[in-house]
Amino acid sequence: MPLWQTSRHPLRPLLALTLVALLALAPLAAQAQRPPEPPYFAIRGARIVTVSGPVIENGTVVIARGLIVAVGTDVAVPPEAWVIDGKGLTVYPGLIDSLTTLGLPAAAPPGGGAASMSEALQQAARQPIARGPEDRPGTTSWENAANNLQLSDKRLETWRKGGFTSAVTSPDRGIFPGQAAFINLAGERPQDLVVKTPAALRVNFSPVGGFWSFPGSLMGVLSYIKQVYLDTENYAQAWALYESDPKGRERPSYDRALEPVRQAQAANWPVLIPANLTKEVERALALSAKTGVKPILYGGQQGYEFAELAAAKKVPVLVSLKWPEKAKDADPEADEPLRLLRFRDRAPSSPAALQRAGVKFAFYSDGLGTPADILKNVKKAIDAGLPADAALRALTLSAAEIYGVGDRLGSIETGKIANLAVADGDLFNEKTKVKMVFIDGEKYEIREPSRPKEPPTVNLTGKWTLTVSTPQGPQESTADLTMAEDGTLTGSVTGQRGTASITSGWVSGAKFSFTLSITMGPRTAEATYTGTVEGAKMSGTVSLGPFTSDFTGKRPDAGFTLNGFTVNGQL
Amino acid sequence: MKRTILSALLILAVAALVAPAAGAQDQVTLIKNATVLTVTRGTIENGDVLIRNGKIAAVGKNLKAPAGATVIDATGMYLLPGIIDCHSHIAVDGGVNEGSIAVSSMVGIEDVIDPEDIDIYRDLAGGVTTANVLHGSANPIGGLNAVIKLRWGKDARGLLFEGAKPGIKFALGENPKRSNFTPPPGVPQRYPATRMGVMDVIREAFIDAREYRQKWQDYQKRVAAGEKNLLAPRKDLKLEPLVEILEGKRLVHAHCYRADEILQLIRLAEEFGFKIATFQHVLEGYKVAKEIAAHGAGASTFSDWWAYKVEAYDAIPYNAALMTQKGVVVSINSDSAEEARHLNQEAGKTVKFGGLSETEALKLVTLNPARQLQIADRVGSIEVGKDADLVLYDKHPLSVYSVPQKVLIDGQVYFDRQQDIARRAEIEKEKKALAEKDKKKDEKKEEKKPEEKKPEDKKPSAGVSEEVTR
Repeated sequence: MPLWQTSRHPLRPLLALTLVALLALAPLAAQAQRPPEPPYFAIRGARIVTVSGPVIENGTVVIARGLIVAVGTDVAVPPEAWVIDGKGLTVYPGLIDSLTTLGLPAAAPPGGGAASMSEALQQAARQPIARGPEDRPGTTSWENAANNLQLSDKRLETWRKGGFTSAVTSPDRGIFPGQAAFINLAGERPQDLVVKTPAALRVNFSPVGGFWSFPGSLMGVLSYIKQVYLDTENYAQAWALYESDPKGRERPSYDRALEPVRQAQAANWPVLIPANLTKEVERALALSAKTGVKPILYGGQQGYEFAELAAAKKVPVLVSLKWPEKAKDADPEADEPLRLLRFRDRAPSSPAALQRAGVKFAFYSDGLGTPADILKNVKKAIDAGLPADAALRALTLSAAEIYGVGDRLGSIETGKIANLAVADGDLFNEKTKVKMVFIDGEKYEIREPSRPKEPPTVNLTGKWTLTVSTPQGPQESTADLTMAEDGTLTGSVTGQRGTASITSGWVSGAKFSFTLSITMGPRTAEATYTGTVEGAKMSGTVSLGPFTSDFTGKRPDAGFTLNGFTVNGQL
Repeated sequence: MKRTILSALLILAVAALVAPAAGAQDQVTLIKNATVLTVTRGTIENGDVLIRNGKIAAVGKNLKAPAGATVIDATGMYLLPGIIDCHSHIAVDGGVNEGSIAVSSMVGIEDVIDPEDIDIYRDLAGGVTTANVLHGSANPIGGLNAVIKLRWGKDARGLLFEGAKPGIKFALGENPKRSNFTPPPGVPQRYPATRMGVMDVIREAFIDAREYRQKWQDYQKRVAAGEKNLLAPRKDLKLEPLVEILEGKRLVHAHCYRADEILQLIRLAEEFGFKIATFQHVLEGYKVAKEIAAHGAGASTFSDWWAYKVEAYDAIPYNAALMTQKGVVVSINSDSAEEARHLNQEAGKTVKFGGLSETEALKLVTLNPARQLQIADRVGSIEVGKDADLVLYDKHPLSVYSVPQKVLIDGQVYFDRQQDIARRAEIEKEKKALAEKDKKKDEKKEEKKPEEKKPEDKKPSAGVSEEVTR
């Protein structure tokens, strides 16, 4: 017997203690900084906006084992529940972003990263050339979003902080990018996020080819989609006949592109089809009729024109919240067509028009960078005539219903999944902050990042040209910043690889700091710029993960206007 | 006595024909006192045209308008059948060419009609009421066409010319053989790169189409014979239209220039047993007019474009006249949203170059394109029973000074020049107001209510792009 196992070894008591200590600490280490929480929560005395019924002014909601077990004014709270005082708080169903790429690794942008035309051409050359529909261009219909989820996507946290608890996520590149999944925005493992999959099959009208590869035109894309559905019919028939009597029959080949389409047709999955303008809606409906699919249209920004048509065809619409805007650096003297001016003016009134016509619709972020931007744009729709409760429904129950999970999510009702957003006021008020969210009954508190409290002494609003020194040389990018009165910074930074939104930022005195969420290949990371401002120049350090570099920034035109004349340079 | 009764009945019958009472739902318009250029039945000075429910109900003099009819006083003006542009690329979204493959018969213009293209309005204002919207000329066999009426304001389906025989675009010569000539490094060049390659692509496509048709006929025979559990052949959207051509159900509009390729295509078509409906551009058509006439194809050409590429060097402005004299049904087209606005003047050039009569010249942009598109039973001349697609000019349409004043399609006024002028100030005001709103939004972030929607307001504005592949 080894000496250390005998009771006479001098270090044995110490060993025993260490072992016990390690065992005790192990579960804590595995769960990072989360202390064990009770299975029961209750929020008492809050304003509860159920969405499915009237608002409960002074109510209680009880959560247990991931579900809502009770909601109302006179509700018994179990003694073991962790009670949250709801005074001054409003409880909403967790918000749902009805079409995103949250949780999915960012695909390489189609023309992104190319520094010049010749590089773009070379990139195009490296893609396989499709010589017709048989080559299945832009088709990855077998990709199910549920199989590729990554919890490391920083956007999941950003969305949660804004009160979002669920989203529909889908691959988005190509003509048949794949299958969408309805997910919750938090969980222990990627598979725990999935609420329903496949939530829909997705179709895109992007001509993936160009002049050297099929299809290079919109009509090419539409004919390809029609051909795929015809081929699927033939494929389904071939396999059905073979399975019913294989003896003597040639075996049909397996086609991984057609198999998901066959399943979609057999199980009547909805199909996401892009349609922003009225003519595109008509096109999408014609395609649906031709192929026999059940469409969910996404885009919807000319709803003020096509609302009646959508109502007549009983087709649901996902409205993009990225309202059309004039480009920031557009020539102010340019003569724009009246049609474009009208579209920009009326687009935010589309949700109101859809609602009046009785069309079922939901909202999606369409690339907006932060929940604050999302809610701001919902507010624009409310200002253009959409009732606030209809806006809320479009962010919650309607989104769930469109994807067939309205029986388990989207409102605060007994028996539904406990996805809640708890805010300190009305959700559509800019000053309101989301205090915590519940996802599958787990509480996620939202902590304000600590920031110095001095009022700003400089104004950062406007464009800045940033130069970061890297081992590869100086990298330039443009920052477009908006500073609020209290010093909160919002905006975006545009570089060679695209645009990233500021997820949080502040200005205090002449010091500032802002954080971006950057996608690099399959990962998202955060970059934080910290520095000081002097006149029209700024300087500081930027940290990206473990790397830190210096950066400088200046206004693109270090000039000013005096009595209507623009003066360049300093006086 | 009998004779009196008979004549009385006759008079009543004629009276009934000439000025029938308007029914409760009838839409009646009377165009009065114009010089009516019927194109097929001569010219009527101080003539009237009565329109009922979109069709021409009567043509003559001193017609009576029933109560409730709209009367258009056309004194001093000229009435022409609506112009038909046999080669147009307007109103197409997302590209007019699927140039990645040599045979793109699976794509169709009807899928991508853009009803908001301002070129529709501009060509309408130039007197065009029907257009044959074609695929581009990048491919030996291109995509399917769409024949549309320029009913500005209707949606994509509302623009389609109901019942028009479907068509397809072919292209010979420099354009198809030069498409994809210099792809980026690593990308193979698209076949064909020569004229003989172009003919080979067409020939092989029809051989494939024949085999495809045979497969389906065999399958249908076996089904008809009672066989069960048969797998149908794969439906191929590329080959279906080619089978329709072989069966005479789809019109072939073939872009071509040189005499040799025109003859090659005629021989290929006759080899496979089908007819070319029209040769488009066909600038050397005058050299092989006899052969074109013998084959039975129409020719749709330019008035006087020439030498913009090598295969256009031998073009002459007498082309239309010479082919007409040899018995070919000739039309003059635009292939351009800009040129389409003055096709009446283009037609006029054949009076100088070739000595065509005024009526023959006017036929080049009215009855002849209608015959080529096989819609002459509906449009192309001012005759009782045809669609009321009409243009009112302030001067004779063959005059360079003439400007269309009103354009009617199906009896409805879709363009009115005086109304257009009157609305311009209103439009400028709306544009300015919206632009101001945009600016204020940027400056102050104020919230405003959206304006009232005006459903008929679609007006010309700046910025038009046209893809010209001649």
